[in-house]
Amino acid sequence: MKTLWNSYRYLVLRRVTQIGLLFLYFGANAWGWKILQGNLSSSLVFGLVPLSDPYAVLQMLFAGGVLAMNLLIGAGIITAFYLVLGGRIFCSWVCPVNMITDAANYLRRKIGVDTLPSRQSVSRKMRYWVLALSLIISFMMGVTAFEFISPIAMVHRGIIFGLGFGWAAILIIFLFDLFVLKNGWCGHVCPLGGFYSLLGNFSLIRVHHTEENCTLCMKCKVVCPEHQVLHMVGKQSLPVLSGECTNCARCIEVCDDDALGFSIRKLAQNKKLGEENENNN
Amino acid sequence: MKKQVISDRRKFILNMARGVGLAAVGGLVWSAYVDEVTASTLLLRPPGAIKEDDFLSTCIKCGLCVEACPFDTLLLAKPGDNKPLGTPYFIPRDVPCYMCTDIPCVPVCPTGALDAASVTTDGKLDINIADMGVAVVDSKNCIAFWGIQCDACYRACPLLGTAITIEYSKNERTGKHAFMKPIVDSDVCTGCGLCERACVTEKASIFVLPRETALGRAGDYYIKGWDKEDEKRLENATSKTTTTEISKDSAVDSLNDSEDLY
Repeated sequence: MKTLWNSYRYLVLRRVTQIGLLFLYFGANAWGWKILQGNLSSSLVFGLVPLSDPYAVLQMLFAGGVLAMNLLIGAGIITAFYLVLGGRIFCSWVCPVNMITDAANYLRRKIGVDTLPSRQSVSRKMRYWVLALSLIISFMMGVTAFEFISPIAMVHRGIIFGLGFGWAAILIIFLFDLFVLKNGWCGHVCPLGGFYSLLGNFSLIRVHHTEENCTLCMKCKVVCPEHQVLHMVGKQSLPVLSGECTNCARCIEVCDDDALGFSIRKLAQNKKLGEENENNN
Repeated sequence: MKKQVISDRRKFILNMARGVGLAAVGGLVWSAYVDEVTASTLLLRPPGAIKEDDFLSTCIKCGLCVEACPFDTLLLAKPGDNKPLGTPYFIPRDVPCYMCTDIPCVPVCPTGALDAASVTTDGKLDINIADMGVAVVDSKNCIAFWGIQCDACYRACPLLGTAITIEYSKNERTGKHAFMKPIVDSDVCTGCGLCERACVTEKASIFVLPRETALGRAGDYYIKGWDKEDEKRLENATSKTTTTEISKDSAVDSLNDSEDLY
């Protein structure tokens, strides 16, 4: 059934989660709340449970940093969480940059940048190269390479601890996604997204496509920030198995025909089917 | 223009070459940038911070130390501060470290970039052995060195009478007054910066610098012969032999040949 709530429920929930988390972090620094302290690199929940960004920890490992126990526990918790729930849930439900790139993407559709012929195709595999490169540079320079340039951290820290010139990072990403490359940052470059894509290959919560209901309107492919993961739409009833799916659920909301929905992955059988299909694709 | 047919093999090789080229360009720009932003040495870290090189690879930039600081002394480097991005530092002239006895900023560090062991004596946290930097006096601009009475830094020092002492000497200009000069003992000073904050001159004439920047090193060639303890410094000493090529020209030539002088 199409109601306003049905069409935007996940979007609203995502924004509530994203902004809510930011608010908790902000409150910890501004008013001394003990609910969620620190930032996305490393946090403390209720002053007790450590959480750490596993990708940052991986860079530290390559940079030759000494890994403390709390850090490993924190990275373990986060890795397990996203491994089970869906790797790139981070991207669409937590990461503050998602709001910037979603805005750029929305504007792109509204003012019709998408209708212009694009000159060059850029591989979405680039993020894995950037990921590898970040580890190589971390190893050679002895510092956490991506953490020193990460616009995610700049924006996130900026909101909690003071922005400085961080607004430039916001603007750069916005303009890049708006005019240079569709889904440019999140869908092509970001190595953190690449890292969580790799985790997401194994995770349990999946968007599932029911081919019998599909009317081939292709609205899902228009809104999807990683449209390549929806290769089965209109062809075959299958779950979306690519780790690059961010589980943002926009496809579920825009579908008027109940052809898409969340499901728990049935490990063995789906994996085989999906892989065959991806290989054919 | 004639359309050329490219074989799969050539296409593969070209694609590989392009990939490697792009990675090299990106990697070099990225490395250069990281090298640039981490090169800042005039940076005061929170108490218990490990060596700067290790600090840069170990600090995860979470800001928990900043949040723990009750005086808002600690800051996280923002874009535009020209400091290693996201790492904690403080500016003593604005807000110095007030040397809390329970050092809340250190135990909260998840990575050990702030090492509790380095500020612990006999199993208890001890801020007095912290080593954030060392205070340095500019004796040309310190008004106490002019002969004007001022002991602002001495009074502000939390390790009063040990980290900063007052040295008395006769003021020959007036013939009847004393200079009361503040002298920093770099072995005791923690680099908290309360003196820098208290200094009355327009720009502080006593200021905190990172220890590595502010202090010299006597090296292994000199030793306090009167101090048995000082021998220990040389236990791992190594020597290096250097040779200088002696000029084969006659000494007379060197006197007559004056070209080098001009």
